[in-house]
Amino acid sequence: MNQENQKSSPLGEDLGGASSAIKILVIGRHPEILATVVRLVNNNPDWIATGCQTDDEAIQAFDEQAFAMVLLGGGIPPESETRLSAYFIGCNPHIRIVQHYGGGSGLLTAEIYEALR
Amino acid sequence: MAQTIFHKAETRGHASHGWLNSHHSFSFGTYYNAERMNFGALRVLNDDTVDAGMGFGKHPHDNMEIISIPLEGDLEHKDSMNNTAVIKNGDIQAMSAGTGIYHSEYNQDKDKRVKFLQIWLYPNQRNVEPRYDQITLNLADRHNKLQQVLSPNPDDAGVWIHQDAWFNLGKFDKGTTVDYSIHKAGNGVYAFVLSGQVQINGQTLNTRDALGIWDTEGFTITATSDAEFLLMDVPMEF
Repeated sequence: MNQENQKSSPLGEDLGGASSAIKILVIGRHPEILATVVRLVNNNPDWIATGCQTDDEAIQAFDEQAFAMVLLGGGIPPESETRLSAYFIGCNPHIRIVQHYGGGSGLLTAEIYEALR
Repeated sequence: MAQTIFHKAETRGHASHGWLNSHHSFSFGTYYNAERMNFGALRVLNDDTVDAGMGFGKHPHDNMEIISIPLEGDLEHKDSMNNTAVIKNGDIQAMSAGTGIYHSEYNQDKDKRVKFLQIWLYPNQRNVEPRYDQITLNLADRHNKLQQVLSPNPDDAGVWIHQDAWFNLGKFDKGTTVDYSIHKAGNGVYAFVLSGQVQINGQTLNTRDALGIWDTEGFTITATSDAEFLLMDVPMEF
């Protein structure tokens, strides 16, 4: 499941502002939690999230978009985290990779602000 | 030499959502303070008051050890592991979110508010199988002595979690003193006063004040009035 989350109206027209937003790739195995985290990230007008459930989807999305940050969510095995991190850093040494804990809204904002400092 | 950090009650973050009044010891939700991110593995200490009949709807967690300590009223818990339970003052609840769970928490009472501490610790192992536990504590066991309510060991007193952490509660009469030894090298203690006044190594703490203390093997805590407090002994590196 690749959750494309461009900021748009229900009719699909571009609402503007998304091009200057910080793009964040969110990876998580649990579909409901992934959807929640993507929705919460997108609540901030300065951030725009794409959610991916599998490694292959994440790599494909990373190749197609200029992400500033990757949030590694729950359920990702260590070998996948290592492989994905190596790939992302190989493509972009400045990429910020954050372990996302908690799943919900409590920690998300602070994690992103900390990574952007 | 021991290092300390003192957090006055009124310096905590505050969120009021109408039905929920919450004080955040560390950055949480829309409260962000780069100087208040965590104390070692202790990431969240929320001091929550929930209006009668209200609560937190179904929401997710993953990779976090979540402890709830009710202080007043009854809190109903339901989760995606099919647990339904009510926790009340004198109980402690621990949940390992691990690979991911959903749960809800509601104030069961239609007339009275519920007050509880919501505490989150980073786990020492990611992606564990989710689990839930709750126990009822004997309140007499914390009168003028420390009552262990949480540890990393399933066979030890209290609930257990996936982290090298030990929690103790105390309800001391004025003048009572106890020496506390930190459980593990590299751990520190975040002492949180629930009511009254205590002194730790000369620092006076009033209701809802907190003191973090580390780089020491132990300290002395003295109740300078009748007082209740919680000691959270957690890894400083994890």
